[in-house]
Amino acid sequence: MAVAKQKMLALNGDEAVAYAVKQSDVDVVAAYPITPQTIIVERFSEYVADGEVDTEFVCVESEHSALTACLTAAATGARAFTATASAGLALMHEILYVTSGCRAPVVMAIVNRALSAPLNIHCDHSDSMVERDCSWIQIYVENSQEAYDSIIQAFKIAENQELLLPVMVGLDGFTLSHTLENVQTLPDDLVKKFVGTRKFPLVTSHEGKNVPFKLDPKKPMTIGPIDLYDYYFEHKRQQEEAMQIAPKIIQQVHKEYAKISGRRYGNGLIEPYHLEDAEMAIVCVGSTSGTVKTVVNELRSKGTKVGLLRLRTFRPLPVKEITKALENVKAVAVMDRSLSFGGHGGAVFHEIRHVLYDASKHPYVVNYIYGLGGRDTSPNLIQKIYRDLQRILETQQIEKPVQFIGLRE
Amino acid sequence: MTTQEKVWKEIPMAGVCWKPSTQYLTGDWKTYKPIRDLEKCTRCVLCVLFCPDGAIHWKPEKEDIEFDFNFCKGCGICANECPVDAIEMKLAEET
Repeated sequence: MAVAKQKMLALNGDEAVAYAVKQSDVDVVAAYPITPQTIIVERFSEYVADGEVDTEFVCVESEHSALTACLTAAATGARAFTATASAGLALMHEILYVTSGCRAPVVMAIVNRALSAPLNIHCDHSDSMVERDCSWIQIYVENSQEAYDSIIQAFKIAENQELLLPVMVGLDGFTLSHTLENVQTLPDDLVKKFVGTRKFPLVTSHEGKNVPFKLDPKKPMTIGPIDLYDYYFEHKRQQEEAMQIAPKIIQQVHKEYAKISGRRYGNGLIEPYHLEDAEMAIVCVGSTSGTVKTVVNELRSKGTKVGLLRLRTFRPLPVKEITKALENVKAVAVMDRSLSFGGHGGAVFHEIRHVLYDASKHPYVVNYIYGLGGRDTSPNLIQKIYRDLQRILETQQIEKPVQFIGLRE
Repeated sequence: MTTQEKVWKEIPMAGVCWKPSTQYLTGDWKTYKPIRDLEKCTRCVLCVLFCPDGAIHWKPEKEDIEFDFNFCKGCGICANECPVDAIEMKLAEET
């Protein structure tokens, strides 16, 4: 299929998400407003009020209820979407596990924001990084265009019959959510065709019949009841199996989408940038990778062999792809926009060092905690990180494995 | 708890029940068991109505009630509600 003719719109990240949801033929949206996510549901409620969509919009009393409504809607076979940030995601914590455990393919936009206290409405990744173990797929985007593209892809990934796992799409609060960008949008009918309608695998019900996996009074079944030491473990193993096949499905959907949109983000899991001959690399997620790319271009023009590895998919962790992408790099700086207090660095650092332990060659790997609570991370700071890596290679020594950057010290 | 041996690849996902709940015999959870005094019991069937597990049945042919110990968890609500104190909860292992 040829790349479709597209319409360029001026949208901020939140509006781009709302627009993608509008085009994705969503049955149920249940949400509660929280900065910096509010624009998403605000815009979407306008689409509902103006009759542009036939979605059931449920105004709930909390995020706990928002996700519960989406999970139950999805269990009946509906396509469901919600969006939240920070404290809202924290309040959903319990239901995140219930949603994935019930294999309800809900899609949720997380507009990444710091957690209190002290109260802060600006970006960091503390809210979603802490939820990395809840069996949701996590995709982090670099810009609003990718937010639009990823939401559309997310429905198709989540609802894949082999997978049936919920998907979070993380976009940086304010940096993306409130910044106007040119966003290329696909025609409505094409997006609708791309996401398609939900299909259901057959499962054996309590009546011993093979029935489609959804709640339907005509073909009754029970989803997610009590499950003690005799079967709980087996059900968790099934979720891990779904995560194991997820990279294949994410890449496949990403590739199909590239065919109609002409846009690619690496292979959908990772996006290597000038890594082929790089001696030093930064690994990061989210919008900061845009800043890093600018610095890479600058340093490359002066002949320094630097590169970037952007993790687009953080869950499932693309282990093989990370190993391969970093195999010839000699020094790696992992940037974390969240901190595991007392845990020797941030989540991304933990995982990258962990993956590289099994690699044939072991580069130096250091960690920079940056941008907490929306602290700006300028190109100067990125340059400093590359200078630090240069020094590590010259001295063959790591002074501090975990550092803070952009902090007044 | 009924012993099962299916491996993770054989069971439906998301905890979908592949057999009816009547096949899960929950009666073996009990510590106490209701013992009825047939002399005191007036067959008012309040215990049938109150039993949260539906484990007490009215048998019209016998004009009497019957406990289903496969599902009675021994909660004691029947004994508590009985207006004539005809039900006593005794340690299950001693009955």
